[in-house]
Amino acid sequence: MKTFIGIDLGSTTTKAVVIDEARNVLGRGITNSRSNYDTAATVAKQEALVAARFHLFRNALSKSNALNGELESFIAQLERDFRQEQYLEQLADLEGVCSRNVETAKFGDAAKGVAAALESLFKSLKQEAPELFAPGARRKSDFFRDIAGAQYLALGEQVAKDFGVRYDQLLNVFDRSIIEVENRVYGASIKPHLLSALERTYRTLPQTAGRKERISAPIQAILDTELEEAYVVGTGYGRARLPFSKEHIRSEILCHGLGAHVMYPHTATVLDIGGQDTKAIQVDPKGIVESFQMNDRCAAGCGRYLGYIADEMNMGLHELGPLAMKATKTVRINSTCTVFAGAELRDRLSLGEKREDIMAGLHRAIILRAMSILARSGGVRNEFTFTGGVAKNEAAVKSLTQLVRENYGELTLNINPDSIYTGALGAATFALRAVMEEGKIIEHREAA
Amino acid sequence: MNVKPVQKVVQKEDAMWLQKEMINQNYHEVATAHAAGRKVSATFVPGNLNELLMCFDFARRLPETDALQNGMRKKSGKMIMDAERDGHSEDVCTYVKADLGMMLQGDLGPTGEPMPKPDVLLLSYTGCFTFMKWFELVRQKYDCETVMLHVPYQGDGKINPAMRRYVVNQLKEKVIPTLERVSGVKFDIDRLRQYMKESVKAEEDLVRVLQTAKRRPSPIDGYFGAVYYIGPMFTAFRGTPEATRYYSVLRNEVEERMHAGKGPVTPDGDHPGEKYRLVVEGPPNWTSFREFWKMFYDEGAVVVASTYSKVGGVYDFGFRHDPDHPLESLAEYCLGCYTNLNFPQRIDMICRYMDEYQADGLLINSIKSCNSFSAGQLLILREVEKRTGKPAAFIESDLVDPRYFSAANIKNRLESYFQMIKQKRSVKNEAAAA
Repeated sequence: MKTFIGIDLGSTTTKAVVIDEARNVLGRGITNSRSNYDTAATVAKQEALVAARFHLFRNALSKSNALNGELESFIAQLERDFRQEQYLEQLADLEGVCSRNVETAKFGDAAKGVAAALESLFKSLKQEAPELFAPGARRKSDFFRDIAGAQYLALGEQVAKDFGVRYDQLLNVFDRSIIEVENRVYGASIKPHLLSALERTYRTLPQTAGRKERISAPIQAILDTELEEAYVVGTGYGRARLPFSKEHIRSEILCHGLGAHVMYPHTATVLDIGGQDTKAIQVDPKGIVESFQMNDRCAAGCGRYLGYIADEMNMGLHELGPLAMKATKTVRINSTCTVFAGAELRDRLSLGEKREDIMAGLHRAIILRAMSILARSGGVRNEFTFTGGVAKNEAAVKSLTQLVRENYGELTLNINPDSIYTGALGAATFALRAVMEEGKIIEHREAA
Repeated sequence: MNVKPVQKVVQKEDAMWLQKEMINQNYHEVATAHAAGRKVSATFVPGNLNELLMCFDFARRLPETDALQNGMRKKSGKMIMDAERDGHSEDVCTYVKADLGMMLQGDLGPTGEPMPKPDVLLLSYTGCFTFMKWFELVRQKYDCETVMLHVPYQGDGKINPAMRRYVVNQLKEKVIPTLERVSGVKFDIDRLRQYMKESVKAEEDLVRVLQTAKRRPSPIDGYFGAVYYIGPMFTAFRGTPEATRYYSVLRNEVEERMHAGKGPVTPDGDHPGEKYRLVVEGPPNWTSFREFWKMFYDEGAVVVASTYSKVGGVYDFGFRHDPDHPLESLAEYCLGCYTNLNFPQRIDMICRYMDEYQADGLLINSIKSCNSFSAGQLLILREVEKRTGKPAAFIESDLVDPRYFSAANIKNRLESYFQMIKQKRSVKNEAAAA
């Protein structure tokens, strides 16, 4: 079947969206941009295509009624099992790279001990894997670097003690190895992983094993269907790295405008807060951009600000919003300069302010900065759509809702749970238009 | 063996090379003035009274031109840092800091020749309040004579006879006597008339050149190219036969391109083809001038008109120096400077350009360190958008501080802007076809 793909190569994460000829979203994929856009784009696209397969599984299985009432739990289990298969493969890969790196690490006499410690550490990591992918398990992030890194750090300390080696030597090996593993693409193993995940799922949900054939047949049929990439459009900072000609590139302003329009057709104003950009975009009723403003001079008040604060507080980025939501008051934070905000944060802590109240203040500071960019672009009009990674943060949304109401009155605020994919969705829609309306075909980038 | 990379030859029009020669010649004249027994004046580009200064045989320095020339030659960064170390804040106009830094480094000019101490600072005050502070600092350093011509701001958007009289009186009672005393040369009004006759000819040709951009395709870039074209006119050459000759050569060259249906000349050769026609407000960035320009022509954008190319005199709405009323026309010239216009006038001017030059949109390059002209630019933007219905965009950089040119960000915004114009245009065409 024909698919159209949009890839948004952002500064923090790379997102991809796959749509079909009827403009249905088949799948979404996300990965960290890891300062290697080539890999990030490939991985994000692959993830989106995997998600597309799951979407198609769900559709096919729901038609066949083979799972009768158990469809969602089956698909969810299958997905977790698939993730676990992927994780285990990468873990094995990481182990190989780590042991190679120990040999060249100049640890001297300690090398043997470190190698033994590593062997034991990876054994534990593998043992712990099923728990990570158990139903309801909470993970700080879905990226291999983050999951494996957190586990490695947590278990490594004890292992170092047990083996009498230095913890920092273990960390050193991880740091030197993770980039290599992270930059590897595991495209070929997706199908076998899906098949072995399926077996695992039958084992976990034995009640389904009896219907194995009826369940497996449509899945196999979908695995055998080629998802043809009819056209790809790239956007975001890394867009020039895509292996396609200029025709395949759109600015993220246009993509976010169109993406927001596709999600909410009555959108008039779009606010996107991403890793290093805050964009205020005004669109017409067809999703065409009328004007835009972006943060200039510096990236104060963007998503990275929250990332920095999370590091300062030794918390995960996703934990900031929930903490701020517990606030009983909002501590005033004046600085939107990321570095200064860190200083203000420590100052307020030393004055005895509560962490959650300070967090609420930091979220408000970001949104205040966004308000001035919105004002610059011509204000907020109805309907107002908020997108980008920061739109996932409930405390940021709360501040925004308040400030918009105070300044522009009551209006409809749209936030899609998949708002982080807005740019990629716009890009995918441009890809579809290029083929369906302009009759274009893929043009690869000329060799430099 | 070390192989030297082949340097790409920069493409320029003949008139651009000629202009460069003239500017270098002027630096040499300034450098050798004292040895030749000549006095040196310094004055600013907007409201510069070049014909009057020539009446007293001054060799003529223009501090902003020094700063921008140092910027283009990649020398300004260090100068600015030196000035900051000397106590000037990060927020101060970077032209000022580049100038002060040049003094601190021993007063070697952009061409490497020494810059002599000015004998007189002529402050023609035409709207930029920084000029006054700048010359205060220069006076402190050189301890030289200063004379100020106060030009009333066009707050009501027009020049009334009292304003003109006020400026003429200052010329008669203060400026001319001071220049006579410093130079030891007696003022001769006929000499002034003679220079002005030359000015008119050159002004006429310059206007014709800038207005060729009304054609499609435009044979010139009315911003990146125009900053070369305005060089002689806005500096030490207005009123000289060399300037007259220069503008005549330029006009012929540009008209030839126009008749041949050619686009502008860029540093990489012929323009790849006009896709977007823009009006630009605000000065260019000088430290990354070529890189900045490339972001436009690579995408097929041509600037058809700019306000910056009027900063040393607004000639395209009919004003010319008038040899029959020399002092009055100097007054009129200063009063009509772009920097001396109020907001409604600046907005009208931009809207007129958008219309007459059939532009697709307005781009504002706002200067980080320009406190006097960056204020209000967003209002201009919104008003122009409202009146013309054409999209506008806003970017920020700086005059000569290389630290404030974030290429990736500017490129990103420009590309977004061009694509936005393209998208709007295709929607409009579809609607028309339907």
